Amino acid sequence: MIKMASTIPSVKNAVPTSMTQIGITAKYALLDYVRSRRFFIMLGITALISVLLTVLVGYYSPRSFLSSELSFYNSWWGNWVTYVIILSGIFFGGDAITGEFQNKTGYFSVPNPIKRSSIYIGKWLAAFIASFVILGFFTLVTVGNGLYYFGGVPYEFVLSLLFSIIYLAAVLGFTFFFSSLFKSSSISILVTAILFLFAFTLIQQLVASLVQIEPWFILTYGAQIIGNVLTVPYPDNIVTINFPGGFSFTSYNATILSGLAIMGGYFAITAILGLVLFERKEFN
Amino acid sequence: MAALSDLNLRIEGTKCIGFLGPNGSGKTTTLKLFTDLIRPSKGQALINGFNVSASKKKALESVGALIETPEIYPSLTPREALTMIAEIRGVPRSERKRQVEEVTAEVRMEEWIDKRIGKFSKGMKQRICVASALLGNPNVILLDEPTAGLDPRGMSEVREIIKSLKGKDRLIFMSSHILSEVSDVCDEVAMVDHGRLIIYDTIPNVTAKFSGGNNVVEVGLQRPIQGEATVRAIAAFAEVTKVEKLDDYNLRIVFNGGLDAQGRLLGELVGLGIGVISYRAASSELEEVYLKLIKSTV
Repeated sequence: MIKMASTIPSVKNAVPTSMTQIGITAKYALLDYVRSRRFFIMLGITALISVLLTVLVGYYSPRSFLSSELSFYNSWWGNWVTYVIILSGIFFGGDAITGEFQNKTGYFSVPNPIKRSSIYIGKWLAAFIASFVILGFFTLVTVGNGLYYFGGVPYEFVLSLLFSIIYLAAVLGFTFFFSSLFKSSSISILVTAILFLFAFTLIQQLVASLVQIEPWFILTYGAQIIGNVLTVPYPDNIVTINFPGGFSFTSYNATILSGLAIMGGYFAITAILGLVLFERKEFN
Repeated sequence: MAALSDLNLRIEGTKCIGFLGPNGSGKTTTLKLFTDLIRPSKGQALINGFNVSASKKKALESVGALIETPEIYPSLTPREALTMIAEIRGVPRSERKRQVEEVTAEVRMEEWIDKRIGKFSKGMKQRICVASALLGNPNVILLDEPTAGLDPRGMSEVREIIKSLKGKDRLIFMSSHILSEVSDVCDEVAMVDHGRLIIYDTIPNVTAKFSGGNNVVEVGLQRPIQGEATVRAIAAFAEVTKVEKLDDYNLRIVFNGGLDAQGRLLGELVGLGIGVISYRAASSELEEVYLKLIKSTV
């Protein structure tokens, strides 16, 4: 047992509540994010996607974009927003927690009267807000073009935007979990990028086409509802195409409820696991 | 292998305690246990009666700490980083700006208060981290090698800050490899080796018990030493216990007593007219104790 006690009365600074400390951590972590090079790189990538789409649609007037209002939003937003979300998650969440250990920023914040959970949640909120700013920028460009070509915003797009925000929360929950799991920032970022950009989609295809079961356990499968909600009518849950000679091909589309459940489940489970890991991890 | 084993240490009062031990002895581990950077597998670390693991906010509410060499969010300025810590520690809004500017001035970084930390040198960051440990006027201050990474001027300034904190009735617990720093700044000393506490007492008590009161000085002479007469003359001084001729121009003198005896001895050597041109402490009593108690480094 190691004991330490000063004989003079404690200095009575009223240490704020954990909720307030979450806000303090979020405020300064966000300040760090929005001034960082990676924020401007992410903003640049999003701007590049936006400019390319604007030029492409304006110059070539592709039918897939301009045949109807919903097909415009589906082709523009539905196809690209998930990449914007995944990249934001990797940029802002990939090393958010590993950095506290590897870069030693945790040595500055942790030895204070603040719970580790407040630091974790504060950093998560900062990453969420920074990503939301990027998502907001992409939304503005999408809506601007939508208004120019069709003069309105369909309610399906509003739903899709809401689903995107939920997906962003789930992606950040996942990236923070991986960030808590690994010791090295680069490994954490790399594994997260591989999973979201390749592995999840590949597993989803293999499970659906070879094993022929609904890939309800894959996050990117749940995120299909972001694009699907912009399709009228909404795609069937199970689509089987029979080929001559007895062959058949089955594909799956997440229903809105199952999509929300998958994303919510991923968020809840990974957020809790990540928090538990961060609480237990030692600064060695 | 446990980093710490059966370390029982109770520290109370308003004083400065030096925490000594070889590399890997458990000094930093102890300080990390006190600041929630690591958790004990057995036992507990208590500050002001509160268990650090179970009641961290209560335990650390009046503790300022500097452990290893922390990094700070690089896009923030010292003002912002220190304001963040002040807010977390609950420094009232009305006092925050003044306190942040005061502690920044105390570590001589006021010129840099609004510059981004990302461009700072290691020593500059260390100064900001020392400043953060002072925010909120904590009554317990934990410092892990606070002068590491600082230039000689920075080291001297940090020592002065620690000395000034002693005058403000603080309990300071400081690990260091620099024995002269501990002798200079601290009132008490705790030594650990292989995760076990070897001794904890006031510096005079420790040196009285283990060093035999011996200090060593090395003396440089302008002229070569003539025969054994000079050595015998020095050995005859009351405080001197041993005189060793290193070469024709250098002597090593072991003597009893503290700084007063050291000053007296210098006067006596000059009085001999042997041409003393340099006179410096080769080791202190504390160093002697350290080397006696801690046999090997890991």
